[in-house]
Amino acid sequence: MDFRYLPMTETDKQVMLESIGVQSTEVLFSDIPSDVRFKGDLKLKKPTSEYQLMRELTEMANKNANLKDYRSFLGAGVYDHFIPSVVDHVISRSEFYTAYTPYQPEISQGELQAIFEFQTMISELTAMPVVNSSLYDAGTALVEAVHLSTTHTKRKKVLISNAVHPEYRALVETAAKGKNLEIVEIKHHDGVTDLEHLEKELDDNTASVIIQYPNFFGQIEPLDIVNELIKEQKKTMFIVSSNPLSLGYLTPPGEFGADIVVGDTQVFGIPAQFGGPHCGYFATTEKLMRKVPGRLVGQTKDENGVRGFVLTLQTREQHIKREKATSNITSNQALNALASSVAMSSIGKHGVKKMAVLNMQKARYTKQQLEAIQLPVTFTGSFFNEIVVKLSKPVAEVNEQLFEKGIIGGYDLGRNYPELENHMLIATTEIRTKEEIDVFVKEVGDING
Amino acid sequence: MANQNFPIIFERSKEGRVSYNLPELDIPAFHLEEEFADVYVRKTAPELPEVSELDIMRHYIGLSNRNYGVDSGFYPLGSCTMKYNPKINEDVARLDGFSHIHPYQDTRTIQGAMEMLYDLQISLQEITGMHEVSLQPAAGAQGEWASLMMIKAFHEANGDFHRTKVIVPDSAHGTNPASAAVAGFEAVTVKTNENGLVDIEDLKRVVGEDTAALMLTNPNTLGLFETEILKMAEIVHGVGGKLYYDGANLNAIMGYTRPGDMGFDAVHLNLHKTFTGPHGGGGPGSGPVGVTKELAPFLPKPVIVKNNGLYEFDYNRPQSIGRVKMYYGNFGINLRAYTYIRTMGAEGLKKVSEYAVLNANYMMRKLEKEYDLPYTQHCKHEFVLSGRKQKKLGVRTKDIAKRLLDFKYHPPTVYFPLNVEEAIMIEPTETESKETLDGFIDAMLTIAEEAKSNPETVQQAPYHTIVKRMDEATAARKPVLRYHKN
Repeated sequence: MDFRYLPMTETDKQVMLESIGVQSTEVLFSDIPSDVRFKGDLKLKKPTSEYQLMRELTEMANKNANLKDYRSFLGAGVYDHFIPSVVDHVISRSEFYTAYTPYQPEISQGELQAIFEFQTMISELTAMPVVNSSLYDAGTALVEAVHLSTTHTKRKKVLISNAVHPEYRALVETAAKGKNLEIVEIKHHDGVTDLEHLEKELDDNTASVIIQYPNFFGQIEPLDIVNELIKEQKKTMFIVSSNPLSLGYLTPPGEFGADIVVGDTQVFGIPAQFGGPHCGYFATTEKLMRKVPGRLVGQTKDENGVRGFVLTLQTREQHIKREKATSNITSNQALNALASSVAMSSIGKHGVKKMAVLNMQKARYTKQQLEAIQLPVTFTGSFFNEIVVKLSKPVAEVNEQLFEKGIIGGYDLGRNYPELENHMLIATTEIRTKEEIDVFVKEVGDING
Repeated sequence: MANQNFPIIFERSKEGRVSYNLPELDIPAFHLEEEFADVYVRKTAPELPEVSELDIMRHYIGLSNRNYGVDSGFYPLGSCTMKYNPKINEDVARLDGFSHIHPYQDTRTIQGAMEMLYDLQISLQEITGMHEVSLQPAAGAQGEWASLMMIKAFHEANGDFHRTKVIVPDSAHGTNPASAAVAGFEAVTVKTNENGLVDIEDLKRVVGEDTAALMLTNPNTLGLFETEILKMAEIVHGVGGKLYYDGANLNAIMGYTRPGDMGFDAVHLNLHKTFTGPHGGGGPGSGPVGVTKELAPFLPKPVIVKNNGLYEFDYNRPQSIGRVKMYYGNFGINLRAYTYIRTMGAEGLKKVSEYAVLNANYMMRKLEKEYDLPYTQHCKHEFVLSGRKQKKLGVRTKDIAKRLLDFKYHPPTVYFPLNVEEAIMIEPTETESKETLDGFIDAMLTIAEEAKSNPETVQQAPYHTIVKRMDEATAARKPVLRYHKN
């Protein structure tokens, strides 16, 4: 059988074997001891032709209810936003997606400059001076922030608000086992971090405090007050996880004294794609610049004084520092960082505020309409584009019926918060129309009874 | 000299120009300022670009023209497996039913995606010979770390808290010892012998009651098969340690041997390498892990299972190390790998390894005439030359790499592995034709000749790139990590 990715011809093979001086390719594998040789054929599905495979995989894709056919009110960290057409046209350029890490700057200026621009855009949104080239996702970026804070402060205790995304917390929990860290969860009170609890746990062994802004419930945390509390402990670091779209409207964490800001740029030009790949960002202060995990792109000049870009401060990284590195991070999410850069360029300086405000407006309309049918929000503080309402029956049951009406309902908070059983976290983004929201509210009302 | 600076996107910005067209506000506006305390309302707009849609396309197409990928030309970057990235993979990944689905949808509404993931798990179990696979880790480094965390959890579940050391060959990639450190272990080095293989006597010396695991690639980082693998497994298992397989080099052995059959207990794979990811300019990748039955209870959760014809997430894994990645891993990359495996089947994957190895040996024998080859046995999918002959002439490996740019090639991996002086690590992959290999061999031989006859030509290369050698020292000393308006 012939394979379209394998250009080897029988003639080439013979010429090459002769040149090497062996009879067959088998000889080249003779160093694999017979005890470990795999005999027989791997049990895999037969090779499938291009047309047939496309047909089969399209059928498989069609078994999934997708966010284009259904009206989604599901967020909880992954959002259905408008993606400008330019994004896919740019990231489909194979000079970008078939390249690897730009180790050779002379022929990688495109990638390097695109990342430099990404670093700048995130720096602008977060108001933090130093941004890396991206990490896997918001959750793993948070793990890296925790590692940086514990190594930098030489402390073991980390306080994390339980209004932080449950999966981010789960990742921190797993990572803590590797380094024997003490992770203390701070309760939420009315949907925002309980500051009294935080104050009680905060001590001179605390490496960092982690707050999400807006938090998992969509509520705006009082970063100014948290910062004042933390600064009393001098060395304790302030880590904020933030949805970068919300920063088109909200005061950026950098203006509230954050030491590290992380989050996910999925909101800018990256489809949900079942949760990945998305794109984590990592932003910090000048002081911590030489401790940043992952790759950094810096501007410099070539021999002729022409501006160019290189991977820089590489002595931080694992391939140089090996076991002394504070992070084992190697690959990043460069292609997704590029997608987000194109989306951020497209949405632009004033568009980002307009888009953030549109989200906030539509979410408030959802809230208003739900209130009109006696479904008030559980948490009454300022919020971004998500709200929480208590239903009279299990969220899963409501969602099942909504699905029949072509609607993907919100997130079941009872999965992670026993006290919030039957509570639904509802996201309304800029793409939801008045009519869609009206239908959603009516159906929720009918099902809820 | 004329200024050849390519504009940074912010330099294309002009007040009032837009490239967005957002959905309209079709509801009565709410007064946000009444709801928000002033301190939480942003005062100055972030300086994102103000450009038109055409500006964006010209900008990024300009940048793409300043970049080099596998589709541009030969990319023999050792240990990275820069093979062709099939186009059907990209089309499949963009189907709405795969790209526009939410990780928290009811699993009954996404059975197609679940089926794909389940099927991929089974395929990878078969290819690696492992008992169970998790697709959660985002990339190789995370797969390594997750594997070590599982091994740690296994030892601790046996009441064995004194296994603090992880053994790593001196030729290993830096990620190995870094992952060991992040998992809370101390990395210990085992030496390479004169044949480029792990020194068995040294291994015996470094193993002990405190050994948690040995991390190994096979073929190893020099591209050589560790022929004494069973002996090594016996030594490590003999003291109660585990064997971990770094799948960076799996492209050499598919269908010929399997990590599970060689005695490995945990494996990670780089789907963006062997299984045509693609590399994306540095990511995203995907780094699934496979383990033996003994280690399976410790896999990251959730795991995808099939119950009565329905695919579900199994969270009921009390011994699991927990979650290592948001949601279910890099689904989009896993999907591309799945598409590739379905295209190739068992027969195709075995040919992949056969031709990857044939291509590497062909190049190695041609190039050893002019470049020093420290280890002379047949290689697997890649090989490592040393530039020490050329170094004596004043031409460094770095210079050779830069000279290759003038011949329109991406240079090999250089100065790695660390245990070969002036290393030049070449991995051609199976998707390259003999003509391409011959062209590259000619360029390498021409450069070797230049090194003898006219070393300055090589020392001052490149000549034909859009920028010349970069001042990396200044970049590191006075870092400029973002754009500032003058």
